[in-house]
Amino acid sequence: MRIVVLVKPVPDTASGGERLRLDDWRLDRAAVPAVVNANDEYALEAALKLTEAHGGDVVLVSMAGSSAPETMRKALAMGAASGTLVTDDSLGGSDTISTARVLAATLRGMEYDLVLAGADTSDGGAGVVPAGVATLLGLPYLSYAAKIEPNPAAQTVRVNRISPTGYEVLEAPLPALVVATQALGEPRYPSLKGIMAARSKTLETKALRDVPVGDVAVGGAAATTAVLGSEAPPPRAATRVIRDPADEAARQVVDFLAERRII
Amino acid sequence: MAYRLTDDQAALRDAVRVLTDDRIAPRAAEIDRSAEFPWDVKELLASHDVLSLPFPEAYGGLGGDLLTVCLAVEQISRVCATSGLILAVQELASLPLLLAGSDEQKQRWFPDLAAGRKLIAFALTEAEAGSDVAAARTRARRAGPGDGADWILDGSKRFISQGSVADLIAVFAVTADDADGASETQRHKRLSCFIVEKDMPGFSVERVEHKMGIRGSPTAELGFRGVRIPDANRVGAVGEGFSIAMRTLDRSRPGIAAQAVGIAQGALEVAAAYATERKQFGRPIADFQMIAAMLADMDAQTEAARQLLYKAATEIDAGAADASRWSAMCKLVAGDTAMRVTTDAVQVLGGYGYIDEFPVERMMRDAKITQLYEGTQQIQRLVIARALTARR
Repeated sequence: MRIVVLVKPVPDTASGGERLRLDDWRLDRAAVPAVVNANDEYALEAALKLTEAHGGDVVLVSMAGSSAPETMRKALAMGAASGTLVTDDSLGGSDTISTARVLAATLRGMEYDLVLAGADTSDGGAGVVPAGVATLLGLPYLSYAAKIEPNPAAQTVRVNRISPTGYEVLEAPLPALVVATQALGEPRYPSLKGIMAARSKTLETKALRDVPVGDVAVGGAAATTAVLGSEAPPPRAATRVIRDPADEAARQVVDFLAERRII
Repeated sequence: MAYRLTDDQAALRDAVRVLTDDRIAPRAAEIDRSAEFPWDVKELLASHDVLSLPFPEAYGGLGGDLLTVCLAVEQISRVCATSGLILAVQELASLPLLLAGSDEQKQRWFPDLAAGRKLIAFALTEAEAGSDVAAARTRARRAGPGDGADWILDGSKRFISQGSVADLIAVFAVTADDADGASETQRHKRLSCFIVEKDMPGFSVERVEHKMGIRGSPTAELGFRGVRIPDANRVGAVGEGFSIAMRTLDRSRPGIAAQAVGIAQGALEVAAAYATERKQFGRPIADFQMIAAMLADMDAQTEAARQLLYKAATEIDAGAADASRWSAMCKLVAGDTAMRVTTDAVQVLGGYGYIDEFPVERMMRDAKITQLYEGTQQIQRLVIARALTARR
C-alpha cells in the first residue's frame, strides 16, 4: 500500500529563538533552524510501521519555503521513499484554507491508499488543514487515531479514535485520511544508513503553477485571516514544585490552596 | 583544501548527537557506577549503524572516512566516554584486518562486525611489554610442518579494552626464534597477528581490572594456553605483526583523540551551564572574571584540540606520509586538553564538581585514560620528535 504523509518544516521549538517579524507579524523562519513538525513525525512513524507490516511505501507531501528540502531529507532518512514539495513565493503567508487547497491539489495527481497527517503544527497550531484536505478530496476523515488497522484486501481502514471517555472504533473505505496522535508510538531515530540513503532519494519540487488548484485564489494575497498584532505572554509568577511522596504532596497542595481560600 | 565538514559528515554527526543526548546521556552515570559493560548502548549503536561507520561498503559497512568515525566517537564521548570507546575499539581492533587482511578474511568477519553482531578487541600490550611493544612474550608456534599448518598460541595479554566482551581478538604474538632478537630490525620482525575467536579452547579471560575511569568498558587480562589457531586466521605475513600494529595505531590514535575532545567538550558544556545558573554574591558566577576566563580558556583549548584532530584525520585519510606524526600530535594535544579542561570544570563547579551529583568528576576520571592508552603521552612525544629529527 502507498501512504502519503503530510509534513511541515517548523521552527525548532527547542532552540527557544522563535519570533514573529515586526513588519507583518509572520513567523521569522530565517531566525531559527527548521525541524519536521513533531506531530508529523508521529504520523510518519505510524506510516512506516504500516508499510513494514503490509508492504508498500511512504511518500511525503509538503507545502513550505524553498529551504524545506533540507528538513524533508530528515523525514526521508527515517524511511520515507520520496517526497513532493510545493514551494512558491506567492504561497508565503497562506492561511489554512489556501494550504489545504494546495495540498489537496497536489494529492489529486497521486495514487495512494491512505493519507496520514499530524494533529496540528507547532508553529500555526490551527489543526484544521487535514480536515480541509479530506473535505476537498472527499476522503473519509478519521481523526485522533490511537490505532490504525488497514485491511488492504477489503480496501478498508479501522481506527481507534480517542474520545473523552475512551475511544471509538471507526471504519472507512480506502483511500482515507487519518490524523495521527502520539498514542501511535514514538518516532524512530534515523539510522546512519537511512541518512546516507536519503541523499539520493527523489525530492520533487513543484511551483504553484504545477499544481491544479483550479479556479480559486490561494497564497498570501488571498488570505482570509490577518494577524493584527502580537504580544508575548506575561511572565509567569514563581512556580513551586513539590516532589514529596503522593500523600505528603497532596497535603501540601491542599494547604497551599486553602491558604489562598481557593478551597 | 576544504575546511568545512561535508553535508554528509555534518548530518551523520548531528544524528549521532541526537541519539547520544536522548538515549546514552541518561545512562552515563549508571554505567560508571555499576562498572558494567553497557550492552544496551552497544545494541543502540549497532541498530543505528553507528558501529558500521568504519567498515567498507562492500562488507556491509557505511564506508565512513576516519574523520567521520572521529566525529561519531567525539559526540558519544561528550556524554559517556565508555560508550564512545565501543566504537573506537571496534574500529581500532578491525584495523589489522582492514590494513593487512585478505579479502576472504574481510568477507568472513566484517559483515558481523559492521552490524555489531560481533565485537572485536585489540590485544597487543602485555604485563612486561607496554610501550616496548617488541618485547612481547606471547608466542605462536606452528603445530606442524608446512606453510599452511595451524598455530599454537601461548601467553597472556593485559589491559585489553573490551577483551572480556569481544567475540574476536586481534592478538600479536612472537613467531620468530629467540635467537633472532639481536638487532633492532630483527626485533621488529618477531611478531605476527592472529584473530582468536572467543570459543577457541585454551582462551580465557583471566580477570577484569578495577579502574579509575571508563569504568563501564571492561579492561581484561586474557590468557592463551595452547590455543590452536588455523593459519586462515593469520592476518598479514608471518613477521609483519609489528608493522601492522604500528600502522593500526597511526589510524586509531585519532579515535582516542576524538574521545578526549568529546570528554573535554562535555565538561565544558556542564561547566558553562552551571556557571550561568549558580549564583553567589547575588550574581551568576559566570559574571566573575576569574570564572569567565577559565571558561574561555577551556573553550579555546578544546576547539584547538578539535581542529588539530580534524586536520590529522583528514591528512591520514589522504594518505599523508607523516601519518604517525599527525596521529601522535592529535592524541597528545587532545589527551592533555581533556585532562586540563575536565580538571578546570571540576574547579568551576567547586564542591559540586567533586561529588557525583554532577558528571564532571566522572569526566575528569575518564579523561586520564586518554593520556595513557594507545601509547602514553611520552610515547606520542617520542613519535613526533623522531619524525622531526628524521627529516634533518
